[in-house]
Parts: sequence; C-alpha cells; structure tokens
Amino acid sequence: MPDPLLACRFLDFNLPSPLVLASGIIGTSPALMARAARAGAGMVTAKSCSLRPREGHPNPTALDWGGGLINAIGLTNPGAAAEVEVLRATRRLLQPLGVPLIASIFAGTVEEFRQVARIIQQAGPDLLEVNISCPNVSDEFGTPFAALPDSAAAVTGAVRQEVTCPVAVKLAPNVPNIARIAAAVVEAGADAITAVNTMPGMVIDAAAGRPVLSNRVGGISGPALKPIALRCVYEIRRAVAVPIIGVGGVSTGRDAAEMLMAGATVVGVGSAVCYRGVSAFEEIGRELVALMKQYGYPSVEAIRGVCHR
Amino acid sequence: MNRKDVCGSSGLPRPFRLVEVRRENRSVCSFFFDQEMPARPGQFVMAWLPGLSEKPFSLAGASPVRLTVAAVGAFSQAVHALRPGDRLWLRGPLGRGFTLPPEGSRQKLVLVGGGYGTAPLLFLARQAQAAGHTVEVVIGAKTGADLLLGEEFEQMGISPHLTTEDGSAGRAGVVTAVLVDLLAAADSPPAVYACGPTGMLAAVDEVCRQAGAAVQLAWEAYMRCGIGLCGSCEVGEGWLVCLDGPVFGQNPVLNPPG
Ligand SMILES: Cc1cc2nc3c(=O)[nH]c(=O)nc-3n(C[C@H](O)[C@H](O)[C@H](O)COP(=O)(O)OP(=O)(O)OC[C@H]3O[C@@H](n4cnc5c(N)ncnc54)[C@H](O)[C@@H]3O)c2cc1C
Ligand SMILES: Cc1cc2nc3c(=O)[nH]c(=O)nc-3n(C[C@H](O)[C@H](O)[C@H](O)COP(=O)(O)O)c2cc1C
Ligand code: FES
Repeated sequence: MPDPLLACRFLDFNLPSPLVLASGIIGTSPALMARAARAGAGMVTAKSCSLRPREGHPNPTALDWGGGLINAIGLTNPGAAAEVEVLRATRRLLQPLGVPLIASIFAGTVEEFRQVARIIQQAGPDLLEVNISCPNVSDEFGTPFAALPDSAAAVTGAVRQEVTCPVAVKLAPNVPNIARIAAAVVEAGADAITAVNTMPGMVIDAAAGRPVLSNRVGGISGPALKPIALRCVYEIRRAVAVPIIGVGGVSTGRDAAEMLMAGATVVGVGSAVCYRGVSAFEEIGRELVALMKQYGYPSVEAIRGVCHR
Repeated sequence: MNRKDVCGSSGLPRPFRLVEVRRENRSVCSFFFDQEMPARPGQFVMAWLPGLSEKPFSLAGASPVRLTVAAVGAFSQAVHALRPGDRLWLRGPLGRGFTLPPEGSRQKLVLVGGGYGTAPLLFLARQAQAAGHTVEVVIGAKTGADLLLGEEFEQMGISPHLTTEDGSAGRAGVVTAVLVDLLAAADSPPAVYACGPTGMLAAVDEVCRQAGAAVQLAWEAYMRCGIGLCGSCEVGEGWLVCLDGPVFGQNPVLNPPG
C-alpha cells in the first residue's frame, strides 16, 4: 500500500492535515500560529476573544498534574477590535501555507456574542468558532451557554445571523446529554461542532491546604480528558451529520486515530504542545500515517467514523 | 509512540523548606532549601507562595536547590521575608538549560553575567569545572554595590572580571568590552555562556558572532504558565521562552524559528 495521505476535506476546505491547533494554546500571535502551521497543523484556531480586553487570572494559571493539565488562564485576550488585527496578520501568514484560520469568540450575553461576531467578521476568518463552554470564568459569566440546549441554540442562532463564514460551536463535556445540545445548535444553524472544551476540575495542595490555581477551579485537558472526549464525539456523531472537530487528550498518532474512529472529521490538539513542543503536529501526523498504513486505511476519509459501522 | 513516553510530567508545585538565607548585596539574597532537584544550569522553576502568586526564577544551584532573588516587587519581596523553616513551593525544573561541551574535552568557557543573571552561571561554573573545563567569568552591574557572587567565584579559584557602569568597582563600562578583549586574546574562540538583561544578551550575541564564538544565551520574558501553553513569554517571531528556551543558541529576536 502507498503511504496513506493526511490531506483531507473539512467543510469546503482542502486541508494538508486533519490536525488542528486548538483554541487557547499558543494562539496569541500571528508568528506563533504560523509556527504551528509550519510544524504541520492543517488548521489553526486563535485564542478566544471577548468584546473588551481581559488580563485573565493571576498565577498559578496552568499546571501539569500528572494525568493531564489543569488551567484557568481566564481568557486573556486583547479584545475584539485588537484581535481583528491579529487575525488579519495571521491570515496573511497562513494563506501561502494553505492553512485555514479559525477565529474564536466568547461573551457573557447573546447580544454581546452578536457584537463580537460582527467585529471579528471584519478580519475574514475562514471559520468562526463560538466558545460557549469555557469553564473558567463562571464566577463572572455564570453557567456556560453550553449547559442547556436552548441557551446553546440561542447563541448559535444569533451569531449565525451576523456572519457569512461557516460557524462551529464549541461544546462542553460536562452535560448530561451532549447529543441533545449538538442537535440543538445544528438546528440553530451551526455548520460544524467542536467537541470538547476542558472538563471542570480542581487540584489541591495538601501541604498548603488550598487549591493551587488562583481561580481555585480550572479545566482538565490532556490524557485524562481523552476517554471523555471520545465518548462525546461518538454521541455527537450519532446525533448529527455536520463535521466535527474532535478535541481532547490527543497527544499521539494513536490518540488521533481513535478520535477519527469515534467520528471526528478533524482532530484538535492543545495540551500536546506542552508535552511535545510545537513539533507535536509533525510528530503526531507522522505517527498517524504509520498507524493508518499498519491498519490498512489509505486516507483520513477511510478511518473516519469506523466505530459506527 | 506511547503516551507515557511523551506525557512526562513537569509536575505540581512541591513545598521546599528554607534552610538558609544569605545576603548577597543590598537588593539580592540567596535562598538554600532542604531538597535537591534533578536540573541543569539555565533551567528555571515557578515559585509559588499560596495566596500571592507564582513567578519564574533560575536555579542558582540544584543540590541543594538554591534561588538567588532580587527584591523588585511584591512577590520577590515576600520571598525576601521568608525565614529558615518557612516553605516555598517550587514547580520544575522547566525549560531547556545550558549544554556543556563533552566531559573531558577540556575546553575554555567564558561566562558573562549581568545583574541577577550571574546566579545560574555560578551553578554552570561548578558543573563546568567538575567536567574538566577552564572557566573565565565576567560580571557586570550598574554600580559596585550591585555586583553579585564575586566572592563565591573566587572561592572556586576563578577571579571574575568585574565591570560597573559608573566605574565604582572593576572596569568602568559594560561586560561586552571585557568579552571583546577575551575573545581577541584567545587562540581559538571559547564557548560563551551569558545570562542577564536582554540588551546585554543581544550585545554579547553580536560580539560572539563577529568573533566566530559559539554562544548560549539565557533569555527572559514575562511568564504565566511556564509550560508552553499561554503564549505570554513569546519573543521574536514565535519563540516561547519557557518551552524553547530559556537558553537559546542565538539571539531569538533576530532569528525566527524554522
Ligand atoms: C526564566 C526566568 C528566570 C528568572 N530568574 C530570576 C532569578 O534567578 N532571580 C531573580 O531575582 N529574578 C529572576 N527572574 C525575574 C523574576 O521572575 C521577576 O523579578 C519576578 O517575577 C518579579 O516579581 P515581583 O512580584 O517581585 O515584581 P513585579 O512588581 O511583579 O515586577 C517587577 C519586574 O519583574 C518582571 N516580572 C514580573 N512578573 C514576571 C513574570 N511573571 N515573569 C517574568 N518576569 C516578571 C517584570 O520585568 C517586572 O517589571 C527570572 C525571570 C525569568 C523569566
Ligand atoms: C491553556 C489552555 C487554554 C485554553 N483556552 C481556550 C480558549 O480560549 N478557548 C477555547 O475554546 N478553548 C480553550 N481551551 C480548551 C482547548 O481548546 C481544548 O478544547 C482542550 O484543551 C482539550 O484539548 P487537549 O486535551 O488537546 O488540550 C484551552 C485549553 C488550555 C489547556
Ligand atoms: S509562559 Fe505560557 S507559553 Fe511560556
């Protein structure tokens, strides 16, 4: 068998690889996002941005606790207006590489989601990801919109009306029935689904007698999240037909293969950048090709969703 | 590739108990702790004081762990207020440290330190001597009262070249003036190791480039996560100081990542 190909389709895009830089991991500058693309990411997602600039939470903000990571960065971002410039500069760097750019937005109200979407649309991202699932700002913003089908659909519908580019909605893993949420956002106009965001958790230092993160709670990512993410993607694939960006705990080519088998169309990679450096994309891609060859899958299309057959 | 091979844990903060505090000069103290850490010179730790913050510091020694800290703001002042028996939580070692020439190759090394940047060079000098290399040290500061660690280098049999910007001690001027002389006097270019303010590092890099000397520079940047996620320590066009550095083999501002 000739070497399997990583090139694949996602929506209307021809991607060099199914591996996607996940939002919030080094997606803060044009140079860093271009570096991820040069290192083998097939799409890159910028850090989520809000209407106004946010400093984020004080340190400690992110830790490797052994089974995965926990973070409460607190959505540090320069605000939507400044983000437009970051996205424009990033697009210029990505275009020659054939790598689409995903912008990510979040807000505290449906109306504010509309406003942020309208501003970010000026940058002309290839895809707009709507982050309704950040677990780390609930003190300020209350329960994430991703918790209920109605609120998730309300945000999706509002953003859908504001923009012309395709819209992906990013879901939370900690809901009783993620398939219902997925069906609700697709019904409201989502072109794709990103699943999942981090799982809320806490790490306590017994000697200090207190949680380590300054925000006390944070989002669990990395290896510990993988089985949770696989199940979520599997359930979503059974419920809806739109493409899925499957994210959560992918650190190796084998993890990426499993995510595709669960029904992901493409695979997000975040925490692995901490474990393997920015070259994670290249390395995971190489491992994925070797596995596809070993198991007889000639293409990404061939391996997608095999667990549903 | 197996997951357990790639997901090494940089770990949670662990409590270290302070054993000894030594005043180095008017604004800098060294803190010696009760445990060791398997680390290389040039690597750093994130130091956590519960309820206050978590900040990056280079290791000035690893067995036992030693930090040499300048009191510049709220966190470093709180570290200065610690007394023997108190605890400081450390997460690490993080980042890439300095690389020494092969043991027994008996090379000449020049170590250039500015301000508290001299601290990791003390750790490096000890390892370099143990590996059989010859070490010369250049230490610079604004004034004589800000010079750091000269006596400890003396105790190791190294007489450091001192420079001060105001001429109150050693040679008046900056460290690169001494470095130029050392490079000119050498038969073959020595390996140069530098740690200090970024302006000094850029100047050291330039001098070494002109002399054809290999250089390793310990860079600094504002850090939050310390493990390559948040992007706040970016320098130049896409380098992460916490993950790709802090030690770079070239000026990261002038040379973009491949
Ligand atoms: C890799 C690395 C190694 C370092 N090694 C040492 C060392 O061995 N000894 C030493 O005294 N200092 C070292 N520093 C600098 C040290 O981290 C800062 O002095 C310290 O964070 C200041 O905090 P503060 O609350 O006392 O002061 P603040 O009032 O918060 O800040 C004073 C200055 O410190 C710097 N700073 C503040 N926060 C950070 C941060 N999160 N990351 C980086 N810089 C910051 C800024 O330049 C700021 O202007 C190192 C920094 C880095 C990145
Ligand atoms: C440090 C960090 C910051 C993150 N910031 C964001 C963010 O701004 N927006 C978002 O939608 N997801 C954010 N996430 C979630 C990731 O995009 C991803 O969904 C999650 O980490 C699971 O993937 P992983 O296990 O590959 O890291 C963040 C994750 C981490 C670790
Ligand atoms: S400090 Fe977060 S990426 Fe370096």
